[in-house]
Amino acid sequence: MKKNPHTVTFTINGELKTFLTEPDEKLLALLRREGYQGAKYGCGQGTCGSCTVLMDGRAVYSCLLYAMQAEGREIRTIESIGTHDQPSEFQQELIAGGAVQCGYCIPGMIMSATALMENETTFDDETVREYMDGNLCRCTGYEKIWTALRRVLDRQEAAGKKK
Amino acid sequence: MTNPAAHFKQVNHSVTKVDAKQLALGKNSYVGDFVPSDALIVKMLWSPHPHARIKAIDVSKAEKMPGVKAVLWHGNVPRNIHCTAGQGFPEPSPYDTFIFDTKVRFVGDRVAAVAAETAEQAEAALARIHVEYELLPPVFSIDEAMADGAPVIHDEPEAHVPIPIPYEPKKNLVARVGCEAGDFEQGMKDADFTFDDTYETPYAQHCPIEPYTSLAHIDSAGRIIITTSTQVPFHCRRIVAQALGIPVQKIRVIKPRIGGGFGSKQEILLEDIVALFALRTGRPVFWQFTREENFRTGRTRHPIRVRLRTGVKKDGTITAIGMDCWNNTGAYGGHGLTVVSCCGSKVLPLYRCDNIHFLGLVYYTNLPVGGAYRGFGATQAFFAMESTIDKMAEAIGMDPLEFRRKNHIKTGEGSPVFAALGEGKEGTPMTVGSCALGECIEKGAAAIGWQNRTDWRTKTGRYRRGIGMACLMQGSSIPHIDMGGASIKINEDGSFNLLVGATDLGTGSDTVLAQIAAEELATTTDKMIVYSSDTDMTPFDVGAYASSTTYLSGEAARKAAADAKRQILKTGAEMLNLPVDQVVCQDAHVQTPDGSQKVSYGDIACYALYQKNQYQIIGTGSHITEKSPPPFAAHYAEIEVDTWTGLIKVLKYVSTIDCGTAINPALCEGQTEGGTLNGISYALTEQYLFQNGRMTNASFADYHIFSMRDKPPIQAILVPSYEDTGPFGAKSVSEICINGPAPVFANALYNATGARLYEFPFTPERVLKAIQAVKR
Ligand code: FES
Ligand code: FES
Repeated sequence: MKKNPHTVTFTINGELKTFLTEPDEKLLALLRREGYQGAKYGCGQGTCGSCTVLMDGRAVYSCLLYAMQAEGREIRTIESIGTHDQPSEFQQELIAGGAVQCGYCIPGMIMSATALMENETTFDDETVREYMDGNLCRCTGYEKIWTALRRVLDRQEAAGKKK
Repeated sequence: MTNPAAHFKQVNHSVTKVDAKQLALGKNSYVGDFVPSDALIVKMLWSPHPHARIKAIDVSKAEKMPGVKAVLWHGNVPRNIHCTAGQGFPEPSPYDTFIFDTKVRFVGDRVAAVAAETAEQAEAALARIHVEYELLPPVFSIDEAMADGAPVIHDEPEAHVPIPIPYEPKKNLVARVGCEAGDFEQGMKDADFTFDDTYETPYAQHCPIEPYTSLAHIDSAGRIIITTSTQVPFHCRRIVAQALGIPVQKIRVIKPRIGGGFGSKQEILLEDIVALFALRTGRPVFWQFTREENFRTGRTRHPIRVRLRTGVKKDGTITAIGMDCWNNTGAYGGHGLTVVSCCGSKVLPLYRCDNIHFLGLVYYTNLPVGGAYRGFGATQAFFAMESTIDKMAEAIGMDPLEFRRKNHIKTGEGSPVFAALGEGKEGTPMTVGSCALGECIEKGAAAIGWQNRTDWRTKTGRYRRGIGMACLMQGSSIPHIDMGGASIKINEDGSFNLLVGATDLGTGSDTVLAQIAAEELATTTDKMIVYSSDTDMTPFDVGAYASSTTYLSGEAARKAAADAKRQILKTGAEMLNLPVDQVVCQDAHVQTPDGSQKVSYGDIACYALYQKNQYQIIGTGSHITEKSPPPFAAHYAEIEVDTWTGLIKVLKYVSTIDCGTAINPALCEGQTEGGTLNGISYALTEQYLFQNGRMTNASFADYHIFSMRDKPPIQAILVPSYEDTGPFGAKSVSEICINGPAPVFANALYNATGARLYEFPFTPERVLKAIQAVKR
């Protein structure tokens, strides 16, 4: 096979890395190949959100982006959020609230929620829906995901107001 | 009577789901997360034609394409007839499928498969496969399938049914089932009002966010290891063995975490192919459906036409119910008979009536293939039944809630239908044990504000509100057919390995079974290490379907725990130097009832494993059921109809459920909320659109499933009862909730506007047309 001259360099979860790629390789495929498997394939068409990652702080569908579009950018995946000993606040609420059923949509949900929490300071329901609308879940009816998220956001809002 | 649930320490508590953290952290969990870097990728050439014979096929160019390691087609695979549906064995479904055939029967049927180093190489090779088709006249509806001289879809001589049930492939007839009780015709004559209505329900797809996914490799001992997203690992092993013509012993099926199934993954659609490729190439082989393939080739909800003839007396007595169902099973017959049976068996018993007629007919067409889908026939038939119930109530001038309350089945009552309709054979006579439907009706009515409901004739203006309701039932497992097994062994620290055949597909059954075992063993759920559904490692279980896991596999887990508990008590008593009848299990100790002498499970395990009279404390249990106790539900919604556009907005949805003891209330609510939203989405937007048999909307962009923005407020209300035959009083919870939204909205639409629809989804066009036809 011919030598692959194509590489892409970006920051992934805080580390600057260079990866071999192909011009037509999608970011999702690259990430999964390189072990960042929390982002999932659900549709490959930008319609389900299970592949959601952050690019420069914005939630993006990694199945739609070419890997090379990440050149020089900052990518964050679910692997950067929470650990077994210290899950993030939203993860804790999801776990405690019984909001994780099959879990396939959950990493994407968490990435969209991360973008929401980092980019906004007030979280009215309409703004929350705007951020979360691109993440489909077929198991939960969204009720418990919504409740878990609202809890975190309400706390953050309250803390923000105190400052 | 005191409520036994009040004393429970593990069950009936919202214990944290055992896999929640790993999933929330995004750790490797699903089939696609375990693909070795040297795995070959599979792509399939699908039939572009609804009905055609393959006259010639040439794969030689494809075989020579870069990266291609193997091509499979009908000329180079075993030809063993089988059924892809994972059901009991022998199946109550026709054997009508080959790995590859010389005929294609729907757009999306298999033609040939390529395994290559990359997906792109496999795709490129598909384009080089040359196929010559002889187009055959297609059959696109039940009416066409039934017509004299209709094209025969299954003309292969091997097609047959493995059990004695009606099957006439020459007439496209997949199955026929019926039952009669009392005198239906007389019942119709005795009525003051009679009804004869025909309802239609559409195709739909389960849309798990994880598509069908399978991985196979050959281990060092030469066995085939299949890691797959399945609801039925043991059926999968048996069916792959059958299709490939190899012994079960050669195959191990592993089910990791599953990204949702809802019935779709009760089917063997990829596993035979990855297994064959692995055998042929010696390489790991991975195949994941695209979303489009998931729609076209994945299983669907059977569209069913239901004709309902009923009679009612002025006093509210139902004198006759006659239900005729025509089930379109698409190109293959799996689940066709059982789904249509459930139209009758899960719906007709809900209301007392002496004179019953039921007939279910199942036909092949050249359309996508029906399969198991949450609700399983009850969804389709409840749309008809609960719509007609409202019509009957209105005819006699009775409040529909009152009419239901008067007629619904109650504790201690039976139905001739239970005994008459089973799964490919007669059913099991049964009287209802637990039933809190009355309370469900009350609580739901209060939550929706039923008392404020007014007649549609009083409503004016562009936006009109309406309230509708429906009552529902389902079952809990299939009596005398389903079997679940479990084993449990103790470790030195007092933890336990709980091994179950039951298949957690995201539902939380691993957690529920752990809670049940922990309750029985008087320990805590966090002491359970659950491992489920690995055909080499765990006991057998038929799998996750028919609302069976909590009720049936739960009882197997309880029995296994009880078996281990006997051993723990014996060893504990030996350590305490007491007779075994003077000690009890409490808080992970064996102790005297007053607690003055005690020994911990950890110490008991160490004693049994290392110190004296050593043996492994291990319990096993398996369970079959005599009964299939129905869970009950009452659903309500308030909607607002825009009479200018026909758009229905759901203001509030109330989903009550009597699932017996809720083993894990949070998870029961989650099941109810999720299934209800799926039902709402199905009732309002989901449908397959076809052009010459080809689905034209095979993407989430064109087949809309509800998002967080679309979601109306859903209130799940668990109404406890106690089912004596279930583990700690539990019945099933998962399926019933999806049956409600279609009839609830039909009734609410009528209450808002006077328009009644006999077909859904309730799209704005359809609703608008119906409103315009209303004469005030
Ligand atoms: S996989 Fe990217 S949006 Fe569905
Ligand atoms: S939890 Fe299964 S898709 Fe969301």
